[in-house]
Amino acid sequence: MNKLYIFLKYFFIVVWTVFVVAPFLWALTTSFKDFQSVNGGVTYIPWVDFEPNLEGWKVLIKSPAKGGVDIIEPYFNSLFVTCTASLISIILGTLSAYALSRYTFKAGFVKNNDITFFFISQRIMPPIVLSIPFFLFLSSINLLDSLTGLIVVYIVLLMPIAVWIMVDFFNKVPREIDETALIDGCNPYQAFLKVVLPNSIPGLIVAGMFCIIFGWIDFFFAFILTFTEVQLLPVKIVALNSSVTPWWSLSASALVSVAPLIIVAFIVERYLSKGNLSGAIK
Amino acid sequence: MDLVANNLSYKPDDQYHLNEVSFNFKEGNLYTILGRTLSGKTTLLKTIAGLLTPDSGEIEFDGKNFLKIPVWERNVAMVYQQFINYPHLNVFENIAFPLKQRKIDQSIINEKVMDALKSVGLLGYENRKIQELSGGQQQRVSLARSLVKNAKILLLDEPLVNLDYKLREQLRDEFKNLFSKGLADETILIYSTTDPRETMELNGEVIVLDEGKVLQVGPAKEIFENPNSLKVAEISNDPPMNIIEAKISDNQIRFEGIDVEAPQHLSKLTEEGLKIGLRSSDIELNENGHEFEVELAEISGSETLLHLKRGDTKIIVSIEEVLNFKIHDKVKINFKIDRAYAFHADGKLASSPFGGLNG
Repeated sequence: MNKLYIFLKYFFIVVWTVFVVAPFLWALTTSFKDFQSVNGGVTYIPWVDFEPNLEGWKVLIKSPAKGGVDIIEPYFNSLFVTCTASLISIILGTLSAYALSRYTFKAGFVKNNDITFFFISQRIMPPIVLSIPFFLFLSSINLLDSLTGLIVVYIVLLMPIAVWIMVDFFNKVPREIDETALIDGCNPYQAFLKVVLPNSIPGLIVAGMFCIIFGWIDFFFAFILTFTEVQLLPVKIVALNSSVTPWWSLSASALVSVAPLIIVAFIVERYLSKGNLSGAIK
Repeated sequence: MDLVANNLSYKPDDQYHLNEVSFNFKEGNLYTILGRTLSGKTTLLKTIAGLLTPDSGEIEFDGKNFLKIPVWERNVAMVYQQFINYPHLNVFENIAFPLKQRKIDQSIINEKVMDALKSVGLLGYENRKIQELSGGQQQRVSLARSLVKNAKILLLDEPLVNLDYKLREQLRDEFKNLFSKGLADETILIYSTTDPRETMELNGEVIVLDEGKVLQVGPAKEIFENPNSLKVAEISNDPPMNIIEAKISDNQIRFEGIDVEAPQHLSKLTEEGLKIGLRSSDIELNENGHEFEVELAEISGSETLLHLKRGDTKIIVSIEEVLNFKIHDKVKINFKIDRAYAFHADGKLASSPFGGLNG
């Protein structure tokens, strides 16, 4: 029985690992292939099955004049926009969420829950509906085709996520903890910074992770709201496609664009395994 | 430095949480607020702490208007019934938190925290995480955190209610020791509880609170011996005092076909609607007694609580031993009638065996 259990456990772990790792391996090998190797049947092992070359990767850093697609600038644009927008969203979202969780707001029939729902409702609308007002809004303040404009739009898109996660999280932190901090001599700001926030790190990490992921993978708004001055990575990658599908450079760009998310995942996983996420609030 | 309140009222919804509460707490004393759940005990403590602002009324401390001072400048300490500590800090940091907030020298902080740890019996635990402690230990940490501040007002909101029976007993004894020797003479200690036994053991000045209203104020002994109304008698006894509707005539107390000779302090009460109050411990099993039917028998610890019925009269008897009864068994009981109380129809005390309002 015990042996069967161990066997099944490892069996499923292996199956799952293959399931997760295989696409990455496929992309990795493909990124080193040329036209012949891609279309010449099933080939996996470099130097044996096919002769690897760096063409797929070189295209990504060559300037368009030399027949490449320079993704370095869009890459840093994407990093900058995602990180800035996520950071601002988390700060604003956390503050709003704390207020929504701790204080009672009332304007006619609008109460705390309605305000929270208002934030989430921004995410319910299909992006295409939002694109027109966003476009008109950005063009009226002259921020079309600029990093600042993109950051503004992304804050609108990401902050609801932060508010939603953090309201729920703060509701689970007992009010008595804030009250005890006040009794122990903190003013409300100190109580928030010294006591509530340190106990909300797990929520902040989850919210931050979602913001970074949603910001990083967005194609639609980046595509609609930028033209030539500024480009983000997802839009640039699409530009790779031409009459002949360049599987090698597409694979390389896929690997490059997924890298930051993998790094984020590893950091979160480290934090998780330290046990810092569990048991913060009993 | 006295804490004086005048007509505090707080009514956030349809019900009064505080209803014209007034008191005058003097330094160096222990005050027990006794009341059932939702009687306004926590509201009162939070109002004193400054976490709630009453709708009307005043609180003065040391001659200053307390309501104008924000919580964080009031120098009060509070222990909650839930074990509230800072989960992100270890035991030492938790207790040092209020001192750090005052920017006190680190060496003095160390000394004070160690003293506090010693007085609650947690020496050696200073580097533990809060989550690694048991409920009783967590409550000790929050007690230590309130002691370390040397607050002029120490509020304890049912601090023992979430602990198991044995820990409660143990911690109650420790509290009593701490209160009697450890606290500075100028501290006002306010302790809220639902448990009459706890109230009697702490033996301080008792404020009986019900539906936000103060029903009676007095030393624990006085509340126990001369509850001024039926409600106080119910709240200050566990199990609640038995209330029997009876008539007194010809020196006999009559109810449900039973005649008992009236003791001297009750014999002159002949009015209609009189209610006789008798503690569950003042009724005993007796072969020659009056027959009642068992409705329920609970065994709690080493005593048995018998819920009895005869006609429309229901009473609870506590017996100091473990006995097995079946439902619908017949038992015979005797009343220690010289310990009986009498209340008027409106609930006010008419006569007590301890001489309150005699006759």
